[in-house]
Amino acid sequence: MTEVVLRTERLFKSFGALKATNDVSLDLRKGEIHALIGPNGAGKSTLIQQITGHLASDSGVVELLGTPLTGLGPAQRAQLGLGRTFQISALAMEHTVLQNAVLGALGQRGTVMRFFAPVMKDKSLLAVAQEALGQVGLSAFASTRTADLSHGQRRQLEVAVALTLKPKVFLMDEPMAGLGLEGAQQMIRLLKDLRQAAPILLIEHDMDAVFALADRISVLVYGEIIATGTPEEIKVNPEIRRAYLGDEVPA
Amino acid sequence: MTTLLFIEQLLNGLQFGVMLFLMSAGLTLVFGVMGLINLAHGSLYMIGAFAAAAVAAATGSFLLALMASLAAASLAGALIELTIIRRLYDRDHLDQVLATFALILIFSEGTRWLFGSFPLFLDVPAALSGPVTLPGGIQYPAYRLTIILVGLAVAVGMFALINRTRVGIRIRAGEADREMIAALGVDIAKLYTFVFALGAALAGFAGALVGAIQSVQVGMGEPVLILAFVVIVIGGIGSIKGAFVGALLVGLTDTLGRFLLPQMFGLILEPSAAVSVGSALASMLIYILMAVVLIFRPRGLYGVA
Amino acid sequence: MTRESWTNFAALAVLAGVPLWAYVADEPFIITLATRAAIFALAGVGLNLALGLGGLVSLGHAAFFGIGGYAMGILASHAQAYAPMAEWPFLIEGTKSMPVIWLVAVIASALAALAIGALSLRTSGVYFIMITLAFGQMIYYFAISWPAYGGEDGLSIYVRNGFPGLNTLDPIQFFGLCFVILCGVLVLMRAVQNSAFGLALSAARQNETRVLSVGMMPYRLRLVAFVISGAITGLAGALFADLNRFVSPTMLSWQMSGEIMIFIIIGGVGRLFGPVIGAMVFILLEHTLGGLSEFWHVYLGALLLGIVLFAKGGVIGAIAGREKAHD
Repeated sequence: MTEVVLRTERLFKSFGALKATNDVSLDLRKGEIHALIGPNGAGKSTLIQQITGHLASDSGVVELLGTPLTGLGPAQRAQLGLGRTFQISALAMEHTVLQNAVLGALGQRGTVMRFFAPVMKDKSLLAVAQEALGQVGLSAFASTRTADLSHGQRRQLEVAVALTLKPKVFLMDEPMAGLGLEGAQQMIRLLKDLRQAAPILLIEHDMDAVFALADRISVLVYGEIIATGTPEEIKVNPEIRRAYLGDEVPA
Repeated sequence: MTTLLFIEQLLNGLQFGVMLFLMSAGLTLVFGVMGLINLAHGSLYMIGAFAAAAVAAATGSFLLALMASLAAASLAGALIELTIIRRLYDRDHLDQVLATFALILIFSEGTRWLFGSFPLFLDVPAALSGPVTLPGGIQYPAYRLTIILVGLAVAVGMFALINRTRVGIRIRAGEADREMIAALGVDIAKLYTFVFALGAALAGFAGALVGAIQSVQVGMGEPVLILAFVVIVIGGIGSIKGAFVGALLVGLTDTLGRFLLPQMFGLILEPSAAVSVGSALASMLIYILMAVVLIFRPRGLYGVA
Repeated sequence: MTRESWTNFAALAVLAGVPLWAYVADEPFIITLATRAAIFALAGVGLNLALGLGGLVSLGHAAFFGIGGYAMGILASHAQAYAPMAEWPFLIEGTKSMPVIWLVAVIASALAALAIGALSLRTSGVYFIMITLAFGQMIYYFAISWPAYGGEDGLSIYVRNGFPGLNTLDPIQFFGLCFVILCGVLVLMRAVQNSAFGLALSAARQNETRVLSVGMMPYRLRLVAFVISGAITGLAGALFADLNRFVSPTMLSWQMSGEIMIFIIIGGVGRLFGPVIGAMVFILLEHTLGGLSEFWHVYLGALLLGIVLFAKGGVIGAIAGREKAHD
């Protein structure tokens, strides 16, 4: 069996009476894209936030390369190698595209407390940032104000910033959302290449994209993982048909 | 004797706390419902006091003076809400701070221009000017006791308004979800003007009541405003209950601190040093209280996480 | 050069040129006004790091301005009375030397900013505004009720403190000193804005989640910014007290905090030279309107309201337009 990079073990999180995640155990292996699907409100975003440390789990453990991350905040987890993209893009909108990428490179290098040297003239940071922008196809927009980017370009920039972190894993929250057909195709090609750099835990609503990309798929319903398997296995799993399609399909 | 003195100070603290509640209630509602930080709330307090002093001087009636304070402050409140404040709801906090700071400058200088720089005096009504004897033989000024009772009555009224009436339901709904109540057909603009004017009226009322114990002068509102901020930080933004608990905590801590700390330092220091150390520390006590609350409950005692 | 750089350059030229003209025309009062403007500008440049770059709306910066002032007042009053500040555990004497006073003012206000910032930055938004205002007020009341250094009446010193090689009593020389400090700090702030720290701090203002997810701690960035900001405003406070040869709790009052903020707004939020232009306009208004009417604050209030509601960019925004993304 290939090496497990990220693992969650028996994660729980409740909001009042609602069990947002209920005993979630899954793993992400080297070189794979593991998609997490499920109906709205199934707890996918909660799970991601538990993994990144934005939400404290009620119980359970998240392990990165065998090291438990318990008690660490989002910044520390990012330093340890969790690279994340956001459902609603989280970028410094007044900064240029290049500045956003440099910010990521800076975070990865961990030398933010430098007060005098001009950061946008730092050759090694610029090299990392420009390489990442090149990978996602944004090189031509390096000096564009981020607020002036199109929706799809912002998604690409999110991925580029995550790339500059040289992460051990990528956590991607709906990177296709709101992209046109062409944008989605471009993103699919990009993610296919990325999985060699680091495995991807992918939350996605676009089923075509999921089945085109994923090596494995986990299905989350009411906070529980009801099945994990290859796309072929998931397609024919009757339980999943029932969860998605309700009572139309007999058991 | 010391017990009597202590109880008297306790009542003073209560009276101070009740006043702070009148100030804080409006502020915290405006924060909670409209998301607005209003530095000019202290000006409304001052306007209430000046209106009361002017009407009392003209008519000799304290009751009319109080009504004038309510009318003037709520009118001023409604006026600035309609002309300026409502442009600020969607602005960032910096804009709100600056615009309401500008309003302070305008109100303070305008009042100075109208009434001059000398303090006005508002007399305690004759019927309440003497002391009353409380159970246990404590002599306490009738007027201050009245303030406590009136303040408590207003607090009860506010709880009833928020929890029992249609307007209250709308206010609470507005705190939870602005778009939702707009979708339900509530006229948000009117609701906001009402809430703002209500808060203004309470501030003006407090100004008039306090004006009879202290002097009525330009700049009287801002120190109270800052104390009301401390109250709200302690109680939690948007919570009337938090404002009430916070106001009493601040009122009692400040009053009792000023009374007790110099005495306590008197046990270990020579008298003059004890007074200076004690009173310096007492002046910082409520801020220390605020810091402690912040360390353990950054969102205040009753704030929403 | 861009329009903004021209504006900045013109502002410095006016700030330096007016007192030079006044020196030739023998108008020492004008030199004093220009000195006031330079010092207020410095206080504003300090606040602008927290407010403009960091997005931290601090309404308590008078605390640092006043602490800087009292650092001057306390050291100088001990020196002029030949009374040591402490004899145990070791002898600490007062001083009349500006560099030493500045150092003490910077350290004292930085420490105060560290304590206030560490607590206030646990919160954000309106809470932060109210808490900084409250802590400012705490120090104000402390200064009033602590009798050793003048209490409500403040502290006077007889002779302005000295700087090696200069006659600080000569208005134009003292102005020169303040102007050079202002320029030095502006150069430093320009470097900080373009540094790794500046990039991260302003990113934290725009999007906290982004900064967290690249592995940085917004709290730490903001606290450092708040401390530097407080230290610069504290330095301005020491100079201001030396200009007046007087320090009182007024320097610590909430109105002072509001005024420092006004300098930034008039000039333009987040612009390096915003506070410089803002302070100059403020002094000009104070001098001209204040001469026309006792109630000039009404006009100041109206102007401020107009800027906030209709002309957000302040003077620099009006001249130079929207800030370009620069790299």
